[in-house]
Amino acid sequence: MPLYLNDEQTMLRDTARDFVAEHAPVRHLRALRDAKDATGFSRDLWKQFAEMGLTGILIPEASGGLGLGHVEAGVVLEEIGRNLTPSPFLSTAVAAVEALKGTAHADRWFPGIAAGDAVIAIAHDEKAKFGRAVALKAERAGNGFRLSGTKRFAHHAHAADLILVSARTAGSDTDAAGITLFVIDPKAAGLDLRPERLADSSLAAHASFDGVEVTADAVVGEIDGGADPLGRLLRAAGAGASAELLGVGAGASDMTLGYLKERKQFGTLIGSFQALQHRAAHLYSELEVARAATLKAQQLLDSGEPADEAVAIAKAMTGLATTLAVQEGIQMHGGIGMTDEYDIGFYMKRARVLAEMFGDSNYHANALAEAAGY
Amino acid sequence: MTQDLDTFRSETRAWLEANCPPAMREPIRSEKDIVWGGRNPDWAHPDQKLWMDRMAERGWTVPDWPTQYGGGGLSPAETKILREEMKRMGARTPLNSFGISMLGPALLKYGTEEQKLEHLPRIARGEIRWCQGYSEPNAGSDLAGLQTWAEDAGDHYVVNGQKVWTSYADKADWIFCLVRTSKEAKQGGISFVLFDMASPGVSTKPILLISGYSPFCETFFDNVRVPKSQRVHDENKGWDVAKYLLGHEREMISGMGLDRAGGNPLIEGAIATVGLDDQGRLADPILRAQIALFEVRMRAFSAMSERFLDELKAGRAHPAQPSMMKYVGTELNKQRHELIMAAGGSDALEWESDASAKGARPRAWLRTKANSIEGGTSEIQLNIVAKRILELPG
Ligand SMILES: Cc1cc2nc3c(=O)[nH]c(=O)nc-3n(C[C@H](O)[C@H](O)[C@H](O)COP(=O)(O)OP(=O)(O)OC[C@H]3O[C@@H](n4cnc5c(N)ncnc54)[C@H](O)[C@@H]3O)c2cc1C
Repeated sequence: MPLYLNDEQTMLRDTARDFVAEHAPVRHLRALRDAKDATGFSRDLWKQFAEMGLTGILIPEASGGLGLGHVEAGVVLEEIGRNLTPSPFLSTAVAAVEALKGTAHADRWFPGIAAGDAVIAIAHDEKAKFGRAVALKAERAGNGFRLSGTKRFAHHAHAADLILVSARTAGSDTDAAGITLFVIDPKAAGLDLRPERLADSSLAAHASFDGVEVTADAVVGEIDGGADPLGRLLRAAGAGASAELLGVGAGASDMTLGYLKERKQFGTLIGSFQALQHRAAHLYSELEVARAATLKAQQLLDSGEPADEAVAIAKAMTGLATTLAVQEGIQMHGGIGMTDEYDIGFYMKRARVLAEMFGDSNYHANALAEAAGY
Repeated sequence: MTQDLDTFRSETRAWLEANCPPAMREPIRSEKDIVWGGRNPDWAHPDQKLWMDRMAERGWTVPDWPTQYGGGGLSPAETKILREEMKRMGARTPLNSFGISMLGPALLKYGTEEQKLEHLPRIARGEIRWCQGYSEPNAGSDLAGLQTWAEDAGDHYVVNGQKVWTSYADKADWIFCLVRTSKEAKQGGISFVLFDMASPGVSTKPILLISGYSPFCETFFDNVRVPKSQRVHDENKGWDVAKYLLGHEREMISGMGLDRAGGNPLIEGAIATVGLDDQGRLADPILRAQIALFEVRMRAFSAMSERFLDELKAGRAHPAQPSMMKYVGTELNKQRHELIMAAGGSDALEWESDASAKGARPRAWLRTKANSIEGGTSEIQLNIVAKRILELPG
């Protein structure tokens, strides 16, 4: 498989690019923010994504989806990133779909996702930094389980139709075995969801589980075998977040290059100053490297080959490259870059949130080092 | 198609297993381990010749060149498989040469049929070692400012002038050289010629480098006769050839940033010096973090490099893309060697001892400082990316 988009993927990208830019450009985010929208994203837009078939992008055709892969999901996520579109696409159409694939829950939830009716949130993080430990307890109670503990940074959870929760059913906090993945109704008794607004104006919830009871059929996959669906979820989410982050970086860089070609100082376009040209060329290089790493991870996921390391590289590299893109974006815009009225600052904020999501660059570099034995 | 490629892969793997001598699967430790071929080859190990000859016989020193020019005639997909299989078993590159990475591609594009038949098979078999006569004392980054003069003398030119920084000029058999054939136009007055370094009037003088080696020279031309049949492409059109060749040179140099066959000297070296703690982590946490972040970049760059080759084969790469690759790859390679030195501590500083393989580590580190200079400096690459890819003004 050559490491670039094939013709169909390029067509899909063009379609997604036009669609997202038309229906959810940065103005859309700004309007939601200014209205202090309590959902944090637009259900109407989610429905429009579904009408385009996009919400079912990873859902098999037999279940009403498009049956496409991670490369295609990434193509859509990049455009979401480029336009800073608030959307549950990553958690629902990518992470949750991958986790539920092949389990008993697929039949129940895939049609709703494909139709744009269902939104699913992921509750996995327990601390301020993403990590491997899972401490939230799920104890057997009758023929079901009782969940207690806390989760945080659960995007869209307050507005979701379903929440996927990782819980400890055996072993100690840092063990890979003994985790079980559950589907939970956000309205379940004992579950308290407290949405917090983040720097990018999206909403992510603190969730406290106070003896939340679920029946045995809430288990996704096998009891104690959550590493399996959770692994699928995290790989898909990692690659997807990389693509969205890359889109944020690309959007910021496009804006910045545009500005360099129009802003005049000292009687000349600032883009003709070599100091800025070199930094722009450096930034371009970093983003291209990140782009290749992201596509590599997606292609490996689609071919079913081991992809853990490629996903770690992609997430770490997009984190580094996009951080540079937004920092240079503000700097090269000068004072106007610091104003709320101008969009570049929105890129800075979203990049930071996405960089933290599903593990930052340091987390993934560390994972790579551990895999290499040092 | 995939079936055929699977067969190709398994046959290639079997052939390599049977034919690559064990000594050629060892990591490259110093300059001596690199094979350059030529009229007076310098074999550090008998298996070097065996390995080069076996590969050349199959055309696999230049797997994607056409068979009539000594190549393997492999498709892009097959070439990629061959490289992957070689990397898998840690096989060394059988032959390194400016003929393969620079002149060959330029001759394939611009050479006459006679020139191709004369030079390409000999490059493929490692018989002729080439050097590059581009830079002059007053024409470095501003290469088109070169002054070496080729006087028209009917069926030949008479060349006079001086080149500098000519890598391996003292060891090379032939030179590909930029000369001025017109003073009317800067870029439009340059021609691209090939000649034997044994021609009367050619002399070289080695220059000692910071690494203690002197792999490059000042090169002088005093009334050197160069037949016009040895000019590649039209008179005064040499700049086109020069630029095309530079693209290949940059791509080749960018490969220095990549993961090479056979282990990871950086990580292994760091473990050997600072050791692992009881959690199996490098005992120096800051060095560990620096190495891990370096590895992220290096492996992401490796994907970039793969993508570039795929795009190139499909004819969809931007012609200025090698500048970007060169910039990133060489900065990474310099960083890698800084880390190797940091990990090695005082061991890595020993200049002549056995422990340091005669100072291979510090000398390699010093050598990498040229990566961002040779083949066009990083600043020049950034200029090219800014103007030609990003289309910034001025
Ligand atoms: C190890 C090594 C091997 C080499 N091998 C060969 C060889 O085989 N054959 C050959 O012909 N040449 C060879 N070279 C020469 C090499 O191509 C030149 O050194 C290189 O092009 C830079 O030219 P210069 O050394 O004259 O530096 P200069 O051009 O004088 O540059 C000095 C500094 O000014 C900067 N600079 C110059 N112009 C600009 C600009 N427009 N904008 C911003 N910054 C600028 C440069 O980036 C550099 O930092 C080799 C060099 C090295 C180090």
